[in-house]
Order: sequence, then structure tokens, then C-alpha cells
Amino acid sequence: MKPVTRVEGRAIPFGQKNVDTDVIIPAKWLKTISREGLGEGAFEAIRAEEGNIFDDPEYAGANILIAGDNFGCGSSREHAAWALADLGITAVIAPSFSDIFSGNAFKNGLLAIAVPQAAIDRLMEVARTDPITIDMESMSVTTPFQDRFTFEMDPFRHQCLVEGLDEIDLTMAKSDAIERHEKNSDSAKPWLTPVAA
Amino acid sequence: MKQPKTLYEKIWDAHVVDQRDDGTALIYIDRHLVHEVTSPQAFEGLRNAGRKVRRPDLTLAVPDHNLPTTPRLDAKGNNIPIADPQSAAQLEALEANAPAFGIKYIGASDINQGIVHVIGPEQGFTLPGTTLVCGDSHTAAHGALGALAFGIGTSEVEHVLATQTLQLTRSKAMEIRVDGLLGPGISPKDLILHIIGVIGTAGGTGHVIEYRGEVFEQMSIEGRLTVSNMSIEAGARAGLIAPDDKTFAYLEGRPMAPKGADWDAAVAYWKTLPTDDGAVFDKSVTINAADVAPTVTWGTSPEDVVPVSGTVPSPESFADPSKQDAARKSLDYMGLEAGQALHDVAVENIFIGSCTNSRIEDLRAAASILKGRKKADNVKWAIVVPGSGLVKAQAEAEGLDRIFTDAGFEWREPGCSACLGMNPDKVPAGERCASTSNRNFVGRQGPGARTHLMSPAMAAAAAVTGRLTDVRELTR
Repeated sequence: MKPVTRVEGRAIPFGQKNVDTDVIIPAKWLKTISREGLGEGAFEAIRAEEGNIFDDPEYAGANILIAGDNFGCGSSREHAAWALADLGITAVIAPSFSDIFSGNAFKNGLLAIAVPQAAIDRLMEVARTDPITIDMESMSVTTPFQDRFTFEMDPFRHQCLVEGLDEIDLTMAKSDAIERHEKNSDSAKPWLTPVAA
Repeated sequence: MKQPKTLYEKIWDAHVVDQRDDGTALIYIDRHLVHEVTSPQAFEGLRNAGRKVRRPDLTLAVPDHNLPTTPRLDAKGNNIPIADPQSAAQLEALEANAPAFGIKYIGASDINQGIVHVIGPEQGFTLPGTTLVCGDSHTAAHGALGALAFGIGTSEVEHVLATQTLQLTRSKAMEIRVDGLLGPGISPKDLILHIIGVIGTAGGTGHVIEYRGEVFEQMSIEGRLTVSNMSIEAGARAGLIAPDDKTFAYLEGRPMAPKGADWDAAVAYWKTLPTDDGAVFDKSVTINAADVAPTVTWGTSPEDVVPVSGTVPSPESFADPSKQDAARKSLDYMGLEAGQALHDVAVENIFIGSCTNSRIEDLRAAASILKGRKKADNVKWAIVVPGSGLVKAQAEAEGLDRIFTDAGFEWREPGCSACLGMNPDKVPAGERCASTSNRNFVGRQGPGARTHLMSPAMAAAAAVTGRLTDVRELTR
């Protein structure tokens, strides 16, 4: 994974709450066996509407999305994160995220940044005219107008993002501990191995 | 004395492989269910990195999401090709990837095939006290048997395939205590819809919900599966119900469940799992069972619930301005007016199926309403999709298929079907569907489709009258 230390750019002031994964990418787009090309189906229903914000020339090339509470609720489809990435989005800022979505975003180096609603309100306003900066070192979102909103992030995820670590490699380095767990459970709970039906 | 623990804490603690100082832990995964939609990119990742599947014996693959529910074999017993080339490619990928990585694969025409969350418990693959994952958010269902079960994304699927572990942050423990028992004609689906209406779709975010109270002790395992299945609709990644004698009786003798001395040892361990007296939950919600009525959704979020005897709420009735706005959009999408009586709402489509409600008890409940009756003329499309080949065979042995077909329903092959609009079973734009599935999101059952979630008996009642109906009107 590429390290992510800073995301800077125009943001789409979308603002909707409870944006579910079927809105981000409808199921018919899930038939692919690739991670690429899903941007075409991203927010399909919304983008079918005349004058929608995603196709507003003002936000052409925007790489940040600002949304409301509970972004990414619903299904576990990682296609939601892939679709956003394919749209060119590298960070989503919202008051809260569904647990599965924020995990999926993290795995793809897509920042899911949670800040309070008051900060969202201000960022929505700024986004209409000016860029926004997310800095991973200081864990803050800033605007050209001296606004500064700090955010928190799981330290493990933060480290992986900033250093661009591959999580599977990290875990495989712990294969001794995994083997130990397996040996213990084989002797204490032999019934855990499924009967080959 | 030992510190009292919740069921969740006990399962978590038993699976910690490595604890990090920052609070995250490497958690061992005992069971992994794999389906065609969220796995191809994971297998590709393994292949690109030259990695193997660490424990193919703990992994089980089955197609369900994409699979058409029309007949799969022709008169000669040959596979009928799948028309959609993308679906066919995705299904072929799973069929090839599973044996290539040594994983047991249940094929489309195998009688054991079905929706992942139906076959896990049915095969005895799902066991109490285990950690179970699948690249599907309704994995929460398996918590009905006391397994810590949750949905994961494709990168996590790849991580589990490669390492049999996941790097996780401990969730908070939430208790939903239901006082009292459900009234006659009220089903587990009504209960979980009611619960989601009370706590909202983000009510359980960051938490694992344990459902407690006599109602769950009395509930069948299949009813518990319906409840736990929709935990994700309340924002919780997992639901849990303490394993008990009903759980053990359900699992005993299932093909992949422990046998002989192993069975006895397993049951002895499972009996230690229920939450200890005095254990503390981070959040607790109490629901009065007497408040639960036959329930339907009116909007485009599973929290948009109302008793079927009620009316469509007015957007102004919500305190939160953004919810008001969302409600206006929902009513527009759903073609409903504030104040309209729900039982006046006509439906053109009926879907009985999905991982929430496609088990034998669900089909029996629907058939009991449909027996000797026919669907209303305005109902254009009514389908029943059993959750697995075994459910289908059992229903046929009981003659339920005839009841459905006599009533004007189509009797289908197992799969996810019209729950999610990715296989040929879709609801036409602008039409309504009385659906036993789990999500009423915009476009979920097809672009422009209008979904009303409800129980199997209620969907059957809607088929008979052609409108949303209190099932108790047909059983009096």
C-alpha cells in the first residue's frame, strides 16, 4: 500500500446522512471480478438526476467527499470503497461511519475521517469555494481560513496508512503466535475442526 | 472470584492470538464462509502474492448472490448455462478458485447449496463460541447460535484466507433486553423491525448486540437467526444469543457438527459461554414485547418502521431536520403520502425468501396463511425462494410447494434472489414489493423498486389481499 500522509484538494459538499452501500454502488455493479472501473456505477441513482452535485463542474476533479452521519451503512461490499477510489476520492469526511465501511476504506488507503457535525457544517461551507487539507501527522483537517479540526484514528490503522504497511505481511510475521493458538485449540477443543461432510 | 464476563468477552478472549498495546488484537477465525461476489479479488490477491489458504478445512464456499433461481438442470441433468456473462464469470471464478485453494465447494446443483447464512447453521458448520466471518454483512445471523459472527470486506476475506486471523478492535457490548413475550401472530421479524425502529440504523454502531430475555429463550433457532441477521441493520456488526439446550438440540447430528466424545466436550464448553451474572454492558436498551405489533417499513431505511395498523408518518413528526429531509425523499421515492393508512397500500409483488426469512419455519408460516387461498389479482409477481436445497426438499415433503403454487406463487431454486437486485429476480421500477428480506434501501430490489419489509406471514397476507395487511385479520 502507498503511504498516505496528506490529502489536499477540493471537496464535494454532499452532506447526506445514512448513505448506504447500495447508494454508493448498486448491486448490479458487483458482478465484476476486478477492483477497477467501479466509478462508473458510483452513486448511480443520484447521478441520474439533473444538476446533481457529483457532476457539478465546480467539483470536477474533487478528491474529498463530505457526508453526514453513518456513512457507508448496509452491506459489507468493499466495492463501495473501490468505487469511491475509482471516482478519484481519496478521503471521506463525515461525523461517523459504519464499522465495516471504515475498515474497507482503510484497507484501500481511502481515509475515513470522523469529525463532529459542527466541523462538517463548516467544511461544507468552505468546500463550495475552497480546498481542504487532511494531515495525517497532526491528525487534523484544515481550511485556508484558519479552521482546524482534529480527528482520532485507531493507532494501528494510522500507522499502517502513514507507513504504507501491508497488513497481511504484518500478520504473517506473527505466524508463530498463530500456530501456538492452533496447537492449543487442537488439544483443548478438538471439536473445533469441522467434520468433513 | 473471577470477573464476570459477557458472552462477547468470553468469545473474544478465547480467540486473541496477539494483543497489541494500542488495544487492537489479532483474532483467530474458526470458520470462514465464502461466496462468489466478495471473493474473486481476494483469491486474485493471494495468487498475485503467491500465498496459500492457511486453513482450507475451516473454509466453506457456496454460490448464492448471483445465481438465478430458475431451474439449474435440464431434463438430461445437464447444467443450464447462465445468461448474464458477468454473473457466469463470477460463478465460474468461485467454482475454479475453491478447488485450486483446497476449499470445500458446494455447487449450484448440489442439494446442500443455499444462501451462505442458511447453510452454515444447517450443515453444523456454525457452532457456538466460534468466530465466524463471511464477506457479507448478514453474517450477523450466525450469532443466533452463540457464534461471534460478522461481515467483512474483500481485503479482510483475503487476510483471513491467508492467515486465518483478523486484526480487530474490540467492540463495545450492548444489551437489548426484551421484557415479556410476543403476542399471538407476532413473529421474530416483527420484533427485530421494531427494535431497529427504536434504536435506529446507527444505534448499534461500534457494538456487538446481545439479545436477552425470555422471548429469546422461548424462540426457535430459526427465529433467533432472523433476529440476529438484522443486527447489521441496527449498525451492529454482530448479534449474539446465548447458546442453550435449543441450540444444542438444533446442532446435534448435523453433518459438520462434532460427533461422539467431541460432541460431549463441545456441549460442556458451550454451557460455560452465557453471560455471567453481574457482567457489565457498555450500553443497555430495554424493549417491551407487548409494544411489538405486526410491523412493516414505510421508507427507505430499515428504521422506518410502523405497525401495519398505523399510518405513514409525516416528515415534520421527526425532531431531526436531516431526518425530516430524508423522510420527504423516502416518501417521494416510495410514492406514499403522510397520514396514509398502511393497510390501504396496494402491492404488486411478493418476495418470500432471503437469509432473513427463507427457512422451513418461515415457509410454513407463509403457507399456513396461503393454504386454500389465492393471491389477489393485482399481485403480478409472487415468488418463494427457499434458503437452501434442503429447505426446499423439506418443504416439498410437507407439500408446502403445492400450497404456494396453488396460491399463484412461483416455487424457485435456492439463492439470494430478489433481496438485492443483482440476479435476474428484480422488482420493476415504481412497483411495490411486500418482501421478507432485510433492506428497503433505494434501488435495493432493482432500480426504482419500492420495498416494504415484513414477516413471511405478513407477506403471505399481502399476497392474498393485494395490499399491506395485518395477518391477524386472516387468522381470526
